[in-house]
Amino acid sequence: MGVTVETHASLAEAARAVEAGATLIAGGTIVMRRVNAGDQRLSRTVRVADPAFARISGGGGTISIGAGATMAAIAAHRDLDFLAPVARQLGGPALRNMATIGGNLFARAPYGDMAVALLALGARVTGTSGARPVEDLLRARDRAGLVFAIEVPRPRPGEFAWAKITRVHPYGSPVLTIAVHAPREGGRLRGVRVAFGGMGPGPVRATGAERALEGQPLDAATIARAAQAAAEGLEPVDDAVASAWYRREVAGVHLRRVLEGMS
Amino acid sequence: MARKPVSFTLNGAERDVFVREGENLLDMLRRGVGDLSPKYGCGQGGCGACTVLVDGEPVLSCLMLAEAVAGRRVETAAGLAGAGGLHPLQQAFMDGFAAQCGYCTPGMLMAARALLDRNPRPSRAEVIEAIGGNLCRCTGYEPIIEAILAAAEGRARA
Repeated sequence: MGVTVETHASLAEAARAVEAGATLIAGGTIVMRRVNAGDQRLSRTVRVADPAFARISGGGGTISIGAGATMAAIAAHRDLDFLAPVARQLGGPALRNMATIGGNLFARAPYGDMAVALLALGARVTGTSGARPVEDLLRARDRAGLVFAIEVPRPRPGEFAWAKITRVHPYGSPVLTIAVHAPREGGRLRGVRVAFGGMGPGPVRATGAERALEGQPLDAATIARAAQAAAEGLEPVDDAVASAWYRREVAGVHLRRVLEGMS
Repeated sequence: MARKPVSFTLNGAERDVFVREGENLLDMLRRGVGDLSPKYGCGQGGCGACTVLVDGEPVLSCLMLAEAVAGRRVETAAGLAGAGGLHPLQQAFMDGFAAQCGYCTPGMLMAARALLDRNPRPSRAEVIEAIGGNLCRCTGYEPIIEAILAAAEGRARA
Protein backbone atom coordinates (compact mmCIF):
# COMPACT_ATOMS: atom_id res chain seq x y z
CA MET A 1 0.00 0.00 0.00
CA GLY A 2 1.60 3.22 -1.15
CA VAL A 3 1.08 6.79 -0.23
CA THR A 4 -1.83 8.88 -1.53
CA VAL A 5 -1.65 12.61 -2.25
CA GLU A 6 -4.68 14.91 -2.06
CA THR A 7 -4.63 18.57 -2.99
CA HIS A 8 -7.05 20.87 -1.16
CA ALA A 9 -8.03 24.28 -2.40
CA SER A 10 -8.84 25.59 1.07
CA LEU A 11 -7.08 25.52 4.40
CA ALA A 12 -10.28 24.37 6.11
CA GLU A 13 -10.51 21.26 3.94
CA ALA A 14 -6.84 20.44 4.42
CA ALA A 15 -7.29 20.94 8.17
CA ARG A 16 -10.08 18.36 8.25
CA ALA A 17 -7.83 15.86 6.47
CA VAL A 18 -4.98 16.51 8.89
CA GLU A 19 -7.35 16.13 11.86
CA ALA A 20 -8.34 12.77 10.36
CA GLY A 21 -4.71 11.67 10.45
CA ALA A 22 -3.31 12.79 7.10
CA THR A 23 0.21 14.23 6.87
CA LEU A 24 0.72 17.64 5.31
CA ILE A 25 3.31 18.06 2.55
CA ALA A 26 4.18 21.74 2.24
CA GLY A 27 7.71 22.41 0.95
CA GLY A 28 8.45 18.70 0.92
CA THR A 29 11.85 18.97 2.56
CA ILE A 30 10.81 16.89 5.58
CA VAL A 31 7.94 14.68 4.44
CA MET A 32 9.27 13.87 0.94
CA ARG A 33 12.35 12.34 2.55
CA ARG A 34 10.00 9.87 4.22
CA VAL A 35 8.04 9.31 1.00
CA ASN A 36 11.30 8.64 -0.87
CA ALA A 37 12.41 6.21 1.83
CA GLY A 38 9.13 4.30 1.51
CA ASP A 39 8.09 5.01 5.11
CA GLN A 40 5.19 2.64 5.69
CA ARG A 41 3.69 4.80 8.46
CA LEU A 42 2.90 7.38 5.81
CA SER A 43 -0.29 6.62 3.90
CA ARG A 44 -2.44 9.70 3.38
CA THR A 45 -0.77 13.01 2.54
CA VAL A 46 -2.28 16.37 1.67
CA ARG A 47 -1.18 19.50 -0.12
CA VAL A 48 -2.67 22.95 0.33
CA ALA A 49 -3.28 25.10 -2.75
CA ASP A 50 -4.81 27.99 -0.73
CA PRO A 51 -2.75 31.17 -1.38
CA ALA A 52 -3.54 32.32 2.17
CA PHE A 53 -1.28 29.52 3.40
CA ALA A 54 1.84 31.38 2.23
CA ARG A 55 0.71 34.95 2.92
CA ILE A 56 2.82 37.36 4.98
CA SER A 57 0.84 40.29 6.39
CA GLY A 58 0.83 43.04 9.00
CA GLY A 59 3.83 45.31 9.15
CA GLY A 60 3.32 46.83 12.59
CA GLY A 61 4.02 45.27 15.96
CA THR A 62 3.12 41.73 14.98
CA ILE A 63 3.64 40.08 11.62
CA SER A 64 1.56 37.12 10.54
CA ILE A 65 3.51 34.62 8.46
CA GLY A 66 1.51 31.92 6.69
CA ALA A 67 2.85 28.48 7.62
CA GLY A 68 3.48 27.79 3.94
CA ALA A 69 5.74 30.83 3.47
CA THR A 70 9.16 29.70 2.26
CA MET A 71 12.51 30.65 3.72
CA ALA A 72 13.26 32.48 0.45
CA ALA A 73 10.05 34.53 0.83
CA ILE A 74 10.93 35.37 4.44
CA ALA A 75 14.51 36.32 3.53
CA ALA A 76 13.20 38.70 0.85
CA HIS A 77 10.32 40.31 2.79
CA ARG A 78 10.90 43.92 3.82
CA ASP A 79 9.04 43.58 7.14
CA LEU A 80 11.00 40.49 8.17
CA ASP A 81 14.52 41.93 8.21
CA PHE A 82 15.07 40.50 11.70
CA LEU A 83 14.30 36.95 10.49
CA ALA A 84 16.15 37.26 7.16
CA PRO A 85 19.55 36.24 8.60
CA VAL A 86 17.95 33.12 10.08
CA ALA A 87 16.22 32.21 6.81
CA ARG A 88 19.33 32.87 4.75
CA GLN A 89 21.48 30.49 6.78
CA LEU A 90 19.12 27.58 6.30
CA GLY A 91 20.14 25.07 3.61
CA GLY A 92 21.14 26.26 0.15
CA PRO A 93 19.15 28.47 -2.24
CA ALA A 94 17.17 25.54 -3.69
CA LEU A 95 16.18 24.27 -0.26
CA ARG A 96 15.16 27.76 0.81
CA ASN A 97 12.82 27.96 -2.19
CA MET A 98 11.00 24.94 -0.78
CA ALA A 99 11.34 24.77 3.02
CA THR A 100 8.52 26.53 4.87
CA ILE A 101 8.37 28.27 8.23
CA GLY A 102 5.58 25.93 9.34
CA GLY A 103 7.59 22.88 8.40
CA ASN A 104 10.58 24.15 10.34
CA LEU A 105 8.54 23.83 13.55
CA PHE A 106 8.50 20.08 12.90
CA ALA A 107 12.16 19.61 11.92
CA ARG A 108 14.07 17.20 14.14
CA ALA A 109 17.29 18.22 15.92
CA PRO A 110 19.77 19.48 14.96
CA TYR A 111 17.57 21.14 12.30
CA GLY A 112 14.84 23.67 13.05
CA ASP A 113 16.85 26.92 13.13
CA MET A 114 13.84 29.09 12.39
CA ALA A 115 11.87 27.43 15.18
CA VAL A 116 14.66 28.37 17.62
CA ALA A 117 14.34 32.02 16.57
CA LEU A 118 10.54 31.88 16.86
CA LEU A 119 10.82 30.38 20.33
CA ALA A 120 13.10 33.19 21.51
CA LEU A 121 10.83 35.82 19.98
CA GLY A 122 7.79 34.45 21.81
CA ALA A 123 5.90 33.75 18.59
CA ARG A 124 2.39 32.29 18.64
CA VAL A 125 0.95 29.76 16.22
CA THR A 126 -2.60 29.64 14.93
CA GLY A 127 -4.13 26.49 13.56
CA THR A 128 -6.63 23.76 14.20
CA SER A 129 -5.55 23.75 17.85
CA GLY A 130 -6.40 27.46 18.23
CA ALA A 131 -3.88 30.21 18.96
CA ARG A 132 -1.12 29.30 21.37
CA PRO A 133 2.53 29.96 22.19
CA VAL A 134 5.00 28.20 19.91
CA GLU A 135 6.43 26.28 22.89
CA ASP A 136 3.09 24.54 23.37
CA LEU A 137 3.31 23.18 19.84
CA LEU A 138 6.98 22.25 20.24
CA ARG A 139 6.19 20.24 23.37
CA ALA A 140 3.80 17.92 21.50
CA ARG A 141 4.56 18.13 17.81
CA ASP A 142 2.91 14.81 16.99
CA ARG A 143 -0.47 16.21 17.99
CA ALA A 144 -0.11 19.67 16.49
CA GLY A 145 -2.93 19.54 13.95
CA LEU A 146 -2.56 21.88 10.98
CA VAL A 147 -0.67 25.12 11.57
CA PHE A 148 -2.13 28.02 9.57
CA ALA A 149 0.19 30.86 10.49
CA ILE A 150 2.86 32.06 12.89
CA GLU A 151 2.37 35.43 14.61
CA VAL A 152 5.75 37.00 15.27
CA PRO A 153 6.17 40.11 17.43
CA ARG A 154 8.71 42.44 15.87
CA PRO A 155 11.67 42.95 18.24
CA ARG A 156 13.00 46.44 18.86
CA PRO A 157 16.30 47.20 17.10
CA GLY A 158 19.27 45.57 18.82
CA GLU A 159 17.14 43.39 21.09
CA PHE A 160 17.21 40.21 19.01
CA ALA A 161 20.34 38.28 18.11
CA TRP A 162 20.96 35.04 16.37
CA ALA A 163 23.90 32.69 15.78
CA LYS A 164 24.29 29.37 14.03
CA ILE A 165 27.42 27.45 14.89
CA THR A 166 28.46 25.05 12.13
CA ARG A 167 31.62 23.16 11.24
CA VAL A 168 31.08 23.57 7.49
CA HIS A 169 30.50 26.94 5.85
CA PRO A 170 28.44 28.52 4.44
CA TYR A 171 25.87 25.83 5.15
CA GLY A 172 26.03 22.85 7.42
CA SER A 173 24.15 21.05 10.13
CA PRO A 174 24.47 23.14 13.25
CA VAL A 175 26.46 22.24 16.32
CA LEU A 176 24.22 24.81 18.00
CA THR A 177 21.77 27.48 17.08
CA ILE A 178 21.22 30.31 19.53
CA ALA A 179 18.53 32.97 19.54
CA VAL A 180 18.23 35.68 22.18
CA HIS A 181 15.45 38.20 22.66
CA ALA A 182 16.62 40.71 25.23
CA PRO A 183 14.17 43.59 25.77
CA ARG A 184 15.53 46.31 28.04
CA GLU A 185 13.73 48.74 30.30
CA GLY A 186 15.68 51.40 32.12
CA GLY A 187 18.94 49.64 31.38
CA ARG A 188 17.77 46.30 32.77
CA LEU A 189 16.70 43.13 30.96
CA ARG A 190 12.96 42.42 31.18
CA GLY A 191 11.31 39.35 29.69
CA VAL A 192 14.52 37.80 28.35
CA ARG A 193 14.15 34.66 26.27
CA VAL A 194 17.10 32.49 25.26
CA ALA A 195 16.53 29.54 22.93
CA PHE A 196 18.88 26.81 21.74
CA GLY A 197 18.81 24.32 18.92
CA GLY A 198 21.00 21.24 19.33
CA MET A 199 20.59 21.28 23.12
CA GLY A 200 17.51 19.04 23.23
CA PRO A 201 15.25 16.92 21.03
CA GLY A 202 13.89 20.15 19.53
CA PRO A 203 14.27 23.88 20.17
CA VAL A 204 14.50 24.48 23.92
CA ARG A 205 14.69 27.50 26.18
CA ALA A 206 17.81 27.96 28.28
CA THR A 207 16.03 28.69 31.54
CA GLY A 208 19.26 28.79 33.54
CA ALA A 209 20.68 31.54 31.34
CA GLU A 210 17.35 33.38 31.33
CA ARG A 211 17.30 33.44 35.16
CA ALA A 212 20.85 34.80 35.24
CA LEU A 213 19.93 37.60 32.81
CA GLU A 214 16.45 38.63 33.98
CA GLY A 215 16.33 41.97 35.79
CA GLN A 216 20.08 42.57 35.35
CA PRO A 217 22.01 45.07 33.25
CA LEU A 218 23.66 43.36 30.25
CA ASP A 219 27.21 43.77 31.55
CA ALA A 220 30.24 41.49 31.66
CA ALA A 221 29.38 40.01 35.05
CA THR A 222 25.81 39.17 34.03
CA ILE A 223 26.97 37.71 30.74
CA ALA A 224 29.51 35.52 32.56
CA ARG A 225 26.79 34.18 34.88
CA ALA A 226 24.45 33.49 31.95
CA ALA A 227 27.23 31.66 30.07
CA GLN A 228 27.93 29.60 33.17
CA ALA A 229 24.27 28.55 33.36
CA ALA A 230 23.80 28.05 29.60
CA ALA A 231 23.49 24.25 29.56
CA GLU A 232 21.72 23.95 32.91
CA GLY A 233 19.01 21.31 32.82
CA LEU A 234 19.46 20.68 29.09
CA GLU A 235 20.23 17.41 27.34
CA PRO A 236 22.28 18.18 24.23
CA VAL A 237 22.00 16.16 21.05
CA ASP A 238 24.65 13.49 20.48
CA ASP A 239 25.16 13.08 16.74
CA ALA A 240 27.69 12.99 13.92
CA VAL A 241 28.10 16.78 14.00
CA ALA A 242 29.10 16.96 17.66
CA SER A 243 28.91 14.92 20.85
CA ALA A 244 26.57 15.88 23.67
CA TRP A 245 29.66 16.52 25.81
CA TYR A 246 31.07 18.97 23.26
CA ARG A 247 27.79 20.82 22.89
CA ARG A 248 27.48 21.18 26.67
CA GLU A 249 31.05 22.48 26.88
CA VAL A 250 30.70 25.12 24.14
CA ALA A 251 27.10 26.27 24.68
CA GLY A 252 28.18 28.89 27.21
CA VAL A 253 31.07 30.12 25.07
CA HIS A 254 28.82 30.79 22.09
CA LEU A 255 26.05 32.27 24.21
CA ARG A 256 28.58 34.64 25.75
CA ARG A 257 29.68 35.80 22.28
CA VAL A 258 26.07 36.41 21.22
CA LEU A 259 25.33 38.38 24.40
CA GLU A 260 28.53 40.41 24.08
CA GLY A 261 27.41 41.38 20.60
CA MET A 262 24.18 42.75 22.08
CA SER A 263 25.67 44.69 24.98
CA MET B 1 -1.98 2.58 -7.59
CA ALA B 2 -3.63 5.63 -9.09
CA ARG B 3 -1.78 7.59 -11.72
CA LYS B 4 -2.33 11.28 -12.28
CA PRO B 5 -1.95 13.21 -15.53
CA VAL B 6 0.46 16.15 -15.29
CA SER B 7 1.15 18.72 -18.00
CA PHE B 8 4.13 21.05 -17.81
CA THR B 9 6.89 22.44 -20.00
CA LEU B 10 10.34 20.89 -19.93
CA ASN B 11 13.09 23.03 -21.42
CA GLY B 12 10.48 24.85 -23.48
CA ALA B 13 8.63 21.76 -24.79
CA GLU B 14 5.11 20.81 -23.67
CA ARG B 15 5.00 17.52 -21.79
CA ASP B 16 2.07 15.38 -20.70
CA VAL B 17 2.91 12.50 -18.40
CA PHE B 18 1.28 10.23 -15.86
CA VAL B 19 2.83 10.23 -12.40
CA ARG B 20 2.52 7.75 -9.56
CA GLU B 21 1.09 8.95 -6.23
CA GLY B 22 3.95 10.29 -4.18
CA GLU B 23 6.38 10.20 -7.12
CA ASN B 24 9.04 12.88 -6.88
CA LEU B 25 9.96 15.20 -9.73
CA LEU B 26 13.41 13.65 -10.15
CA ASP B 27 11.98 10.16 -10.76
CA MET B 28 9.39 11.57 -13.12
CA LEU B 29 12.04 13.40 -15.15
CA ARG B 30 14.45 10.48 -15.27
CA ARG B 31 12.06 7.52 -15.63
CA GLY B 32 8.90 9.07 -17.00
CA VAL B 33 10.38 11.57 -19.43
CA GLY B 34 13.87 10.16 -19.98
CA ASP B 35 15.77 13.34 -19.08
CA LEU B 36 18.75 11.82 -17.29
CA SER B 37 20.53 15.12 -16.64
CA PRO B 38 19.31 15.68 -13.05
CA LYS B 39 21.08 13.18 -10.82
CA TYR B 40 19.92 11.16 -7.85
CA GLY B 41 22.43 11.81 -5.07
CA CYS B 42 21.05 11.53 -1.57
CA GLY B 43 17.26 11.67 -1.97
CA GLN B 44 17.21 13.82 1.17
CA GLY B 45 17.92 17.35 0.00
CA GLY B 46 21.50 17.29 1.22
CA CYS B 47 23.56 17.19 -1.98
CA GLY B 48 21.94 19.32 -4.70
CA ALA B 49 22.72 16.85 -7.54
CA CYS B 50 19.04 16.86 -8.51
CA THR B 51 18.73 20.67 -8.71
CA VAL B 52 16.43 21.86 -11.51
CA LEU B 53 14.67 25.17 -12.11
CA VAL B 54 10.91 25.47 -11.66
CA ASP B 55 9.57 28.79 -12.96
CA GLY B 56 13.17 29.97 -12.99
CA GLU B 57 13.92 29.20 -9.34
CA PRO B 58 16.21 26.37 -8.24
CA VAL B 59 14.55 23.50 -6.38
CA LEU B 60 15.60 20.04 -5.28
CA SER B 61 13.67 17.75 -7.61
CA CYS B 62 14.02 14.74 -5.30
CA LEU B 63 11.99 16.54 -2.63
CA MET B 64 9.30 17.95 -4.87
CA LEU B 65 6.16 16.04 -5.75
CA ALA B 66 6.07 15.52 -9.51
CA GLU B 67 2.44 16.60 -9.59
CA ALA B 68 3.42 19.97 -8.12
CA VAL B 69 4.91 21.08 -11.46
CA ALA B 70 1.52 20.95 -13.24
CA GLY B 71 1.25 24.04 -15.42
CA ARG B 72 4.76 25.15 -14.54
CA ARG B 73 8.05 25.61 -16.35
CA VAL B 74 10.81 23.09 -15.60
CA GLU B 75 14.37 23.54 -16.82
CA THR B 76 17.20 21.02 -16.55
CA ALA B 77 20.82 20.90 -17.61
CA ALA B 78 19.73 18.97 -20.72
CA GLY B 79 18.17 22.19 -21.98
CA LEU B 80 21.23 24.39 -21.48
CA ALA B 81 22.98 23.79 -24.79
CA GLY B 82 21.29 25.46 -27.74
CA ALA B 83 21.61 25.27 -31.50
CA GLY B 84 24.66 27.52 -31.23
CA GLY B 85 26.53 25.07 -29.04
CA LEU B 86 27.20 24.79 -25.35
CA HIS B 87 25.84 27.27 -22.82
CA PRO B 88 28.61 29.63 -21.62
CA LEU B 89 28.46 27.94 -18.22
CA GLN B 90 29.00 24.52 -19.78
CA GLN B 91 31.87 25.86 -21.87
CA ALA B 92 33.45 27.50 -18.83
CA PHE B 93 33.13 24.27 -16.82
CA MET B 94 34.87 22.43 -19.66
CA ASP B 95 37.59 25.03 -20.12
CA GLY B 96 38.28 25.19 -16.40
CA PHE B 97 38.19 21.42 -15.65
CA ALA B 98 35.31 22.09 -13.26
CA ALA B 99 33.87 18.60 -13.74
CA GLN B 100 35.67 15.45 -12.73
CA CYS B 101 33.27 12.55 -12.22
CA GLY B 102 30.52 14.89 -13.40
CA TYR B 103 27.84 13.71 -11.02
CA CYS B 104 27.33 17.05 -9.29
CA THR B 105 27.76 19.03 -12.51
CA PRO B 106 24.13 19.27 -13.70
CA GLY B 107 23.07 20.51 -10.28
CA MET B 108 25.97 22.97 -10.14
CA LEU B 109 25.12 24.24 -13.62
CA MET B 110 21.48 24.82 -12.75
CA ALA B 111 22.31 26.52 -9.44
CA ALA B 112 24.76 28.74 -11.34
CA ARG B 113 22.24 29.38 -14.11
CA ALA B 114 19.68 30.58 -11.55
CA LEU B 115 22.30 32.90 -10.08
CA LEU B 116 23.40 34.39 -13.42
CA ASP B 117 19.81 34.87 -14.59
CA ARG B 118 19.18 37.04 -11.55
CA ASN B 119 22.64 38.52 -11.12
CA PRO B 120 24.74 38.46 -14.32
CA ARG B 121 27.90 39.75 -12.62
CA PRO B 122 28.06 38.08 -9.22
CA SER B 123 30.87 38.49 -6.74
CA ARG B 124 32.89 35.49 -5.67
CA ALA B 125 30.97 35.43 -2.36
CA GLU B 126 27.67 35.39 -4.23
CA VAL B 127 28.84 32.44 -6.34
CA ILE B 128 29.84 30.53 -3.22
CA GLU B 129 26.47 31.33 -1.68
CA ALA B 130 24.62 30.18 -4.82
CA ILE B 131 26.26 26.74 -4.92
CA GLY B 132 26.29 26.35 -1.13
CA GLY B 133 23.64 23.63 -1.33
CA ASN B 134 25.55 21.60 -3.93
CA LEU B 135 28.17 19.08 -2.90
CA CYS B 136 31.16 18.10 -5.04
CA ARG B 137 33.42 15.27 -3.88
CA CYS B 138 36.00 15.35 -6.70
CA THR B 139 37.43 18.65 -7.85
CA GLY B 140 36.92 20.67 -4.77
CA TYR B 141 35.01 23.84 -5.29
CA GLU B 142 37.67 26.20 -6.64
CA PRO B 143 37.49 25.21 -10.35
CA ILE B 144 33.68 25.34 -10.15
CA ILE B 145 33.65 28.82 -8.58
CA GLU B 146 36.24 29.98 -11.14
CA ALA B 147 34.21 28.56 -14.02
CA ILE B 148 31.04 30.33 -12.91
CA LEU B 149 32.92 33.61 -12.55
CA ALA B 150 34.50 33.05 -15.97
CA ALA B 151 31.10 32.46 -17.57
CA ALA B 152 29.76 35.60 -15.91
CA GLU B 153 32.67 37.65 -17.19
CA GLY B 154 32.38 36.22 -20.69
CA ARG B 155 35.77 34.53 -20.40
CA ALA B 156 34.52 31.14 -21.62
CA ARG B 157 36.01 30.22 -25.01
CA ALA B 158 32.60 29.68 -26.64
